[in-house]
Amino acid sequence: MPTHLPAPPRSTDVTTTAGASQLVGQIRVAVPERGLQHDLRAVGIVWRRELIRFRTDRLRAITSLIQPVLFLFVLGTGLGALAGGSLPAGISFKTFIYPGVLAMSVLFTAIFSAASIVWDREFGFLREILVAPVSRASIVIGKCLGGATIATFQGIIFLILAGFAHVPYNPILIVTLIGELLLLSFTLTAFGVMMAARIKQFQAFMALTQMLVMPLFFLSGALYPLNGLPAWLSVLTRIDPLTYIVGPMRHAVFSHLTMPAAFEQHLSPAITWAGWAVPLGLSLGMVAVMGLGMMAIAIAEFSKTE
Amino acid sequence: MALVTHTSTNAGGAVAPDRATAPAHEPVISVSGLTKQYGEVQAVRGIDFEVARGETFGFLGPNGAGKTTTIKILCTLANATTGVARVAGYDARTERDSVRRNIGLVFQDTTLDTYLTAEQNLRFHAELYGVPKAAVGPRMRQVMDMVGLWDRKDSLVSTYSGGMQRRLEIARGLLHAPHVLFLDEPTVGLDPQTRSSIWAYINDLKRREDITIFLTTHYMDEAEHCDRIAIIDHGKIVAIDTPEALKASVGKDRVQIHTADDPAAIAALADTFGLEAAMHEGAVTFSVASGEQFVPRLFAEFSVPIRSVSVSRPSLDDVFMSYTGSTIRDAEASSTDAMRQMAQRFRAGRR
Repeated sequence: MPTHLPAPPRSTDVTTTAGASQLVGQIRVAVPERGLQHDLRAVGIVWRRELIRFRTDRLRAITSLIQPVLFLFVLGTGLGALAGGSLPAGISFKTFIYPGVLAMSVLFTAIFSAASIVWDREFGFLREILVAPVSRASIVIGKCLGGATIATFQGIIFLILAGFAHVPYNPILIVTLIGELLLLSFTLTAFGVMMAARIKQFQAFMALTQMLVMPLFFLSGALYPLNGLPAWLSVLTRIDPLTYIVGPMRHAVFSHLTMPAAFEQHLSPAITWAGWAVPLGLSLGMVAVMGLGMMAIAIAEFSKTE
Repeated sequence: MALVTHTSTNAGGAVAPDRATAPAHEPVISVSGLTKQYGEVQAVRGIDFEVARGETFGFLGPNGAGKTTTIKILCTLANATTGVARVAGYDARTERDSVRRNIGLVFQDTTLDTYLTAEQNLRFHAELYGVPKAAVGPRMRQVMDMVGLWDRKDSLVSTYSGGMQRRLEIARGLLHAPHVLFLDEPTVGLDPQTRSSIWAYINDLKRREDITIFLTTHYMDEAEHCDRIAIIDHGKIVAIDTPEALKASVGKDRVQIHTADDPAAIAALADTFGLEAAMHEGAVTFSVASGEQFVPRLFAEFSVPIRSVSVSRPSLDDVFMSYTGSTIRDAEASSTDAMRQMAQRFRAGRR
């Protein structure tokens, strides 16, 4: 007989009832009352499913790499000829755009990972998840962390190409960049999950996210420095949340390059609000808060029932 | 980052009795005055029934009769507009998690992740339902053995046939040892051979697990597998009983015999058993309440040599017809198209 123990809300009752009735060899399973540990297991398995799917879908990893590679090597080399004059010796245009393109390399993987919610909904698997006796919060958290993890992996693959853009393989730099990629990936996935809570059609989801993601990328200063811009563009770049992660990433890369201070000032300027330089910590903090906020909205959305 | 956890309903302190297993006489499912309104349409119009522990209970009715809506309410996927549904001792509206822990679900549409292997699908389920870690392995083997898929556990579900996917879903529904298994149209869309193999697994399951099964179907022959059936039409239960009793309520069994001397046989039937027989389709034909009990008596006591006997019973088709005034196929074709469309729209909206 299964018993429910009071204090830890998991009653582990695994016995084989031998003899008696027809239920010979029946494995007794007592599913426990819900508790923190159960919710953590749910977070874990939702996270792990993302990893399994990513591992088995090599094609996606490769195709996701194509776009940033094109930007870095084709656009970077092509425009490099034009931009060469304004760059110090030893710094190519590829180096300049590398941090921005690195950010881009996780964009699509993160959004695509959230899109799988829409996909799961269309193919029924979401129902299996939503009828489980776990909090919706643990499912959403697992999903956001899973998307963040695989998108970061995707970023790490691109990070391997850093040498081609003359970005040094400095351990501190790499750790910093991975941390920033993780933050960016998390926030992007949370954004995608929030959208997926409302948008039920796959086509609509992809169209809408693409429509939002490209402007976010272009306005983030990933491909150009943020100073000396016309007022309208300057305002738009400050509104774009991606700006606040691309800035710190470029700062990390440029602080590991050797060049005259004036050039560093010019190419990797601090993000300013009406002349006030936003500290890096605040910049990253805002991105984190935004990610958490969007995740909270997603949790609220998924917790609703008919 | 705050992990939102909800303390469960009976966090009283002392050992909580397992309500679903404690009193055997208490019904596992009890429903009273249940209604569900979707906008203009009333999908369920006040139904009451109880299902006893260990019973296999079938909901029989055409598409759009309210079967799926009822099952959704019982499974906590939808809230009733009015009325109360209790499952495994818990209220489906207010004690949702407790209900969910104690039920297994097999939906009409596949809800497997076809990009994962069968084992990965089951493991996912075990983790979500908090199956104790030590039990996951053996229990997984047990349920997969039961549906004959253990040797295919490492295959991607996308390589499975429709019948295998359904079997895997049944196995998954059983993984956390629920007290009640809900099967919503378990064999819809499968070929006849696969359908009968699914039923073989379900019947086997009834012998091996201490479980109550609630299923919906619109196949008459499948309803025969149930201990009791509720016939539902236009959101109301029109009849509820064992298949035998339902058929008996419609009419008697028809017995036809071929004999060496038909007129003598007709006379003998009147003398010996007081039955009125007549010639139909070239055979001596008469009606009795229970054909299978009558035939042995016939052989024992009848004087005229009998060459052959056939007994035909009223089918559930006859039952359905007599309670609803139309055959299930007619009902499906005509009356409920609007409701079905509405249900589909609703489903699409919800997903």
